[in-house]
Amino acid sequence: MLDPKKLDAKATAVKLPIFMDYHSTTPVDPRVLEEMLPYFQLESGKFGNAASRSHVFGWTAEEATDYARDRLAKLINAQSEKEIVWTSGATESDNLALKGVAEFYKDKGNHIITTVTEHKAILDTCKRLEKEGFVVTYLGVATDGRVDPDDVKRAITDKTILVSIMAANNEIGTVQPLEEIGKITRERGVLLHSDAVQSVGKVPFDVQKMNVDLASITAHKMYGPKGVGALYVRRSKPRVRLVAQMDGGGHERGMRSGTLNVPGIVGFGKAAEIMRTEGKADNERIFRMRERLRTRLQSAIDETYINGSMEHRLPGNLNISFNFVEGEAMMMAIKDVAVSSGSACTSASLEPSYVLRALGVGDELAHSSIRFGLGRFNTDAEVDYVADLVISKVKHLRDMSPLYEMHKEGIDLKSVQWTAH
Amino acid sequence: MAYSEKVIEHAENPRNVGTLDKDDPSVGTGLVGAPACGDVMRLQIKVSDNGVIEDAKFKTFGCGSAIASSSLATEWIKGKTVDEAATIKNSDIVTELNLPPVKIHCSVLAEDAIKSAIADYRAKQTAKRAAKAQ
Repeated sequence: MLDPKKLDAKATAVKLPIFMDYHSTTPVDPRVLEEMLPYFQLESGKFGNAASRSHVFGWTAEEATDYARDRLAKLINAQSEKEIVWTSGATESDNLALKGVAEFYKDKGNHIITTVTEHKAILDTCKRLEKEGFVVTYLGVATDGRVDPDDVKRAITDKTILVSIMAANNEIGTVQPLEEIGKITRERGVLLHSDAVQSVGKVPFDVQKMNVDLASITAHKMYGPKGVGALYVRRSKPRVRLVAQMDGGGHERGMRSGTLNVPGIVGFGKAAEIMRTEGKADNERIFRMRERLRTRLQSAIDETYINGSMEHRLPGNLNISFNFVEGEAMMMAIKDVAVSSGSACTSASLEPSYVLRALGVGDELAHSSIRFGLGRFNTDAEVDYVADLVISKVKHLRDMSPLYEMHKEGIDLKSVQWTAH
Repeated sequence: MAYSEKVIEHAENPRNVGTLDKDDPSVGTGLVGAPACGDVMRLQIKVSDNGVIEDAKFKTFGCGSAIASSSLATEWIKGKTVDEAATIKNSDIVTELNLPPVKIHCSVLAEDAIKSAIADYRAKQTAKRAAKAQ
């Protein structure tokens, strides 16, 4: 039996609530905020519109956004800062990449290849393009969540204009074999886009090494502010062309009109710089915490299942199913800890996670999945607190679970005639 | 989603969690829902000779609202006659727990669980009477 004192947050060094949902967003690093603040205010003279060409306020703002461009370009090993197009976030970047490429290259072909585990910003954009006459191939993934590069190779036809494959998955943290896929797309002369939102700064992401031609990135997943994103667009070998999806003043070399979010972009640049210089140490520490959490949970709880590849995984991701315990009930039981679940009850559609389904995880285990996302500001004390809490709550909820009781009695749950509803 | 205080209260302190002997002729067991749908409720009643539910137990695999609905159901049916218990409607549970539309199916499942437990109890009684008559 668990010592209740151990679960008293006051007795340990943790402050509640604890944030362990770093795949959803991240807090802004204080150093990032500090660099942003002058760009809001009159006194600093840095609040100008980066598109103002006639005075120092505009020049100062433009200089700041170009500096940020350079910092982000360095993080992903782009050849030039001119390859970074600022957007409002990764959803816009994904839309611009897919619709912009499809529209520009439609005379060359009408076929796009992607995967079933992409983010909705990709999947729903693909559905829109299908309505407009494009043909989309949705590749399946293996039980570890990875795409087989040979499947990509086989799917390419002479009508294929674009392959879009995420660098790392937001639910299960699975890292895709982009380098191998990039070799194939380059050889076949097909453009490669990657939704790199979860991977940039967390696992190696190098647009040269991976032959990535377009990449969607967002600041708020890497300790920058919300509402600012970027699309990397390769400028040579090959030079990628896009049809703008936002018409207006012709900002961003005509690829994305709209006044730049200067403070946000400055913050994005600083966040990228911190990732480039400190990311490795940060990720090693996060990985150790993730493993500490995983081993503590798995050694104390029976019938747990890890969703997605253990080997090719984001360092901060732990997506785990506690069999016989429904995910939303679990989240309610640990309500002082912010996590996420693939359970249907957490979604408006009442369908369990399509990503887990694509892996072949059964619906009952999908309903029982919890996603822990660890990040920069978590501590070992928090990990220990969360592990103790989860262990005690799984026991509590299993004591209440008819399925666990049946399992313990040796009843095969698959043999039971359930009443679907 | 934000839960009502009553849901949280029941989910954190569920009443009548447990198991009755399903082979006892005075016990009716209802098992409804499906693991693949994300909720399974088992509700059991123990009925006295004069038709009063003297004990009720449940176990639920499901979200907080499902746990709260079944916990409330056991609380309500205890002390009622079988006929009275059979009149409990899911809408009563929705009102009491202030369930949002997306959670109404939890209350439906609880009503089904009550009805299913009663049906099981009645089937056992019929079988018992038939055995006696022979």
